[in-house]
Amino acid sequence: MVQKFEQFRESPSQTAGPYVHIGCTPNFSGITGVYPEDPGTRMITGDVAGERITLRGAVFDGAGTALRDALIEVWQADAAGRFAGQGGDPAFTGWGRSAGDMATGEFTFETVRPGRVRWPDGRLQAPHVTFWIVARGINLGLQTRMYFADEAAANAEDPILTRLEHSQRIPTLLAAAEEGGTHRFDIHLQGPQETIFFDI
Amino acid sequence: MSGFVPRDRRWHPPALTPDYKTSVKRSPGFAPLSFPTSLSEESGPVFRDDMLGPQDADLIHNFAKAGESAIGPRIIVHGRVIDEFGRPVPKTLVEVWQANAGGRYRHKKESYLAPLDPNFGGCGRVVTDDQGFYEFRTIQPGPYPWPNTMNDWRPAHIHFSVFGHSFAQRLITQMYFEGDPLIWKCPIVDTIPSREGIESLVAALDMARAIPMDSLAYRFDIVLRGRRQTHFENRPEGL
Ligand SMILES: [Fe+3]
Repeated sequence: MVQKFEQFRESPSQTAGPYVHIGCTPNFSGITGVYPEDPGTRMITGDVAGERITLRGAVFDGAGTALRDALIEVWQADAAGRFAGQGGDPAFTGWGRSAGDMATGEFTFETVRPGRVRWPDGRLQAPHVTFWIVARGINLGLQTRMYFADEAAANAEDPILTRLEHSQRIPTLLAAAEEGGTHRFDIHLQGPQETIFFDI
Repeated sequence: MSGFVPRDRRWHPPALTPDYKTSVKRSPGFAPLSFPTSLSEESGPVFRDDMLGPQDADLIHNFAKAGESAIGPRIIVHGRVIDEFGRPVPKTLVEVWQANAGGRYRHKKESYLAPLDPNFGGCGRVVTDDQGFYEFRTIQPGPYPWPNTMNDWRPAHIHFSVFGHSFAQRLITQMYFEGDPLIWKCPIVDTIPSREGIESLVAALDMARAIPMDSLAYRFDIVLRGRRQTHFENRPEGL
């Protein structure tokens, strides 16, 4: 036997289930009058610095069907690479939440192009947005990152992208630039295009 | 050395749990890629309790018409949000949602024949205090059947979404009620690999916090991932 020390175990995750929108986006699910606005609706709250962009995409299951009951959250730095609560742009929350479109399941985030954030060893990471996906059938929220296909130079020196052993899967993390400042990022839960998910 | 204690994925449900059928086409096939947390995961959205309305933590009344209230056994759910080292997690947003006393959700895709309660919406939220404590008031949700095999029932439960101070701590889970025999028959509960893990989501009846002639009480503590700290480091929480 050895000495005991006090340690607690993380509460086990459980699926968000089919009704996650009741709790997280009640106005979207038709429960109005309780909260003035669904949390995470607006990431830009004022005169924000930087390039305004739109992130758009959908989450696909192993049969190629877009999920219409997912909840997607994003977290990112401001245009200067700083996070909210740590000296970031006061007109930018850095956090967005989307229930997806009722018919297509497409999520949309109106945000700014993030600046570069340092890796623990001091190197600069490529601009990226952290994604978190929960839904019925997902037992533990899925974490991934979206990088920008049009940031090739920064991507080429990013500490994570350059370390991935599955380099042929890197395109699953790249959002394609479309017209009007929109960046398209589809997430595939399974199949040949399965997105790289992270255990962080 | 900072960063978070890695998630113990043998303690959490695995992605693929065929007895919970929906997981079959929604579980990644590749193993997730591990890397140390950076500032992008160690930071997280900041919530203030002044975002809350006066009835956000009162599900009995926050959707009810003036002077009316939701039907069902009245309960108080309270507890503490701590991390794996036992440190309190103050000022974090806790969101909850649940079925009504008959086991029916207020949702367009819900088809259970139990009736809607016109005075019950089913959502609430609270921000933990300086010591990580939270409390809300609601009615006891009913169990409900769900399409999986032909006769699966969810035990009574309340869904919880918790943020912590870092995106790496983000967690969704469910609270169950002490003594419910359906806990041990549910394929979703059963995705949790160990009995000990399941029991850590079962709230205990707390008669000391019950309000006589008004409400019973249940205590539900939540543990989030812990941030490593050296002895010599003394960083304020949330930074
Ligand atoms: Fe439920």
